[in-house]
Amino acid sequence: MGLHKTPYRGLMGWFDSRMPSLMSAFRVHMSEYYAPKNFNFWYFFGSMALVVLVIQLLSGIFLAMHYKPDSNLAFWSVEFIMREVSGGWFIRYMHSTGASFFFIVVYLHMFRALLYGSYRTPREVVWLAGCAIFMALMAESFFGYLLPWGQMSYWGAQVIINLFDSIPFIGPDLSTWIRGDFVIGDATLNRFFALHAVVLPLVLLGLAVAHIFALHDVGSNNPDGVEIKERLGADGHPLDGIPFHPYYTVHDIYGLGFFFLAYFGIVFFAPELGGVFLEGNNFIPADPLQTPQHIAPLWYFTPYYSILRATTEGFLIWIAVCALGLGALMYLSLRDWRLRLGVAGGTALVLALLTIPKVQLDAKLWGVILSGASAMILFALPWLDRSPVKSMRYRPMWHRLVLGVFVAAFLVLGYLGILPPNPVRTVVSQVATAVYFGFFALMPWWSRLGEFKTVPERIRFAAH
Amino acid sequence: MRPMGSTGFWCSFVAALCCLLGPALLPRAAAAQELALDRWPSERADDRAALQRGAKLFVNYCLNCHSANQMRWSRLRDIGIDEAQIKSQLIFGGQKVGDTMTITMSSRDAKNWFGKAPPDLSVIVRARNTAEHRGTDYLYTLLRSFYADRSTLTGWNNVVYPNIAMPNILWQRQGPREATLTRTEWEERASADGKTSPKARLVRVVSVFDTDGNVQVSRSEIENGSPGMEVTFAPRDPKSAAALDEDVADLVAYLNWMSEPTAAARYKIGVWVMGFLVVFLLVARWLNAVFWRDVR
Repeated sequence: MGLHKTPYRGLMGWFDSRMPSLMSAFRVHMSEYYAPKNFNFWYFFGSMALVVLVIQLLSGIFLAMHYKPDSNLAFWSVEFIMREVSGGWFIRYMHSTGASFFFIVVYLHMFRALLYGSYRTPREVVWLAGCAIFMALMAESFFGYLLPWGQMSYWGAQVIINLFDSIPFIGPDLSTWIRGDFVIGDATLNRFFALHAVVLPLVLLGLAVAHIFALHDVGSNNPDGVEIKERLGADGHPLDGIPFHPYYTVHDIYGLGFFFLAYFGIVFFAPELGGVFLEGNNFIPADPLQTPQHIAPLWYFTPYYSILRATTEGFLIWIAVCALGLGALMYLSLRDWRLRLGVAGGTALVLALLTIPKVQLDAKLWGVILSGASAMILFALPWLDRSPVKSMRYRPMWHRLVLGVFVAAFLVLGYLGILPPNPVRTVVSQVATAVYFGFFALMPWWSRLGEFKTVPERIRFAAH
Repeated sequence: MRPMGSTGFWCSFVAALCCLLGPALLPRAAAAQELALDRWPSERADDRAALQRGAKLFVNYCLNCHSANQMRWSRLRDIGIDEAQIKSQLIFGGQKVGDTMTITMSSRDAKNWFGKAPPDLSVIVRARNTAEHRGTDYLYTLLRSFYADRSTLTGWNNVVYPNIAMPNILWQRQGPREATLTRTEWEERASADGKTSPKARLVRVVSVFDTDGNVQVSRSEIENGSPGMEVTFAPRDPKSAAALDEDVADLVAYLNWMSEPTAAARYKIGVWVMGFLVVFLLVARWLNAVFWRDVR
């Protein structure tokens, strides 16, 4: 009869003999996906990110039913949702808190990758897809933040779009093209709504699927950095692996319990979180004629914003010194004369663009380049890390200190980005910027140094 | 087995954090020139009587120049004012209970008369929240910090919001007050040869505004002190001034409630949600333990 053979009976069997790919996908990704059994705390955040994505999609759908993307109505339609739509305040707070939690979870998820070398071979594609998700997420939240049409929405978008002005030749036209108007207005709001509600959710979903497919092809890393697929049992499954379902599904549900307590704690008791998640200024309708005294993006963008602000006229010479040092280091480390020539040429070009009058790019453009680079550099991580072992557990002690200083610099950049600048803070953020870039730029050298411990053949695990 | 010690990571993390943040936060004390705000008595946030008095004051004094376009009259039932009371005591125009609190003054007229259209007050408390202060404290202090000043358009000025376009609308309730503004600031001193000397001096400027808004200014050099601003008010009628403080506290309670009328429901439901989640967590924990029993 042309039916597929099925192991299931009843209705399930009827369905499976007609569409076997559904249960086969369940087996590949859930019940027969073998994950290392020594996952720890840091491994909760991947599935949590997926849960937050679903929360954002669902709450977003309901918000879109009442929201009006019109510059005269947008602000008050959000307030209408808060007051008149039944349960509207709950949906809105879920969405606004969810945005911040998305970044918290993703940052922790990325930190885990740094800690255990989860981006190393064979997981480069997993990492690249993850970085692409991060970029899409930043775009998604940037577009979404304009929609409430408050003062911060308006002026935050103004600052970011004006950055494109600094690009030579095409800049001003480009930013007009992005806005669809000479100022941020109704056209901008409408296109941002389309991008936020349709385009980027699709991109995010597609990338998330790519991220998970790539992961399930190569298998998960673990805190020991041991490849469990290299030790298979008689049944052909990894000796140190356990089926994702049910073991990690129940495990992740347990982790979700903590997540929900924190998340709904904020949704119900502190949705503004003292102005960090919802800023006071954004309860004032957008006014193109009145610039707020202090414009800061939401907290998850502030590290990059700090790098932008740290790049002052006086900082360019220090960037030049660092670029020269890095160029020299690369030159000396390379053997091939063609590569050496490339490095020398590249360094000379960067130095010229930094220091020589008339050729020099202005500090604002360098700020844009550096803050862009600070996010984009993540893509290069698999090729920057040259450590012979993946996991921090078997790397020299001082590698942890380096990681600790890096994370501190990142948080300091984030914190200073919230505060209004002053001369001392600018210097501190310049130091932190140097630490941030130094961590990545010097990684090919420092990650090889020191005494590495022997990685065990099997993972270390004690039954709970 | 627990992962090998992460002490190294935390030590360097905390050390780097302190080194970087230390200098960044130090200058904060020196920059604190903003006037200290009075604290709004926050226990009135869910005090029905205070909210109702505040609503009455709001409708009588604010809702002529300021609108509350997102606030429906009927919502006042949430603070215990019934429909008959709303109709007979609060709505003065031809509005219906289901209407929102709009005003008839057009924003164009308002701009002509005051130089600026008075903002809608639906979410004003939330709009005045900043990293430094709460919106409630700000409004509580603002509305009690007017002083008569002949140099302004309305004859009123405000310590918290200098040159505010709004007059002291509650002045009859408050009674006349004399205000003494003491400002201490650094002043660059030009020396005899015309060059500015590197050493600035501290100057204290005392401005006394009488009840008619006439000002007397006196300047004096002082030896030590820190830059800042201090204000004292001398009310002619301390009793009515104290009563006004109570009025404003109630009014701010109402404004706070109006900024998020759903907040009370939010807290109430939140407690149940937290309770449910604790149970959920315990069940999930038990489920996890049961399944992981056979992982060796």
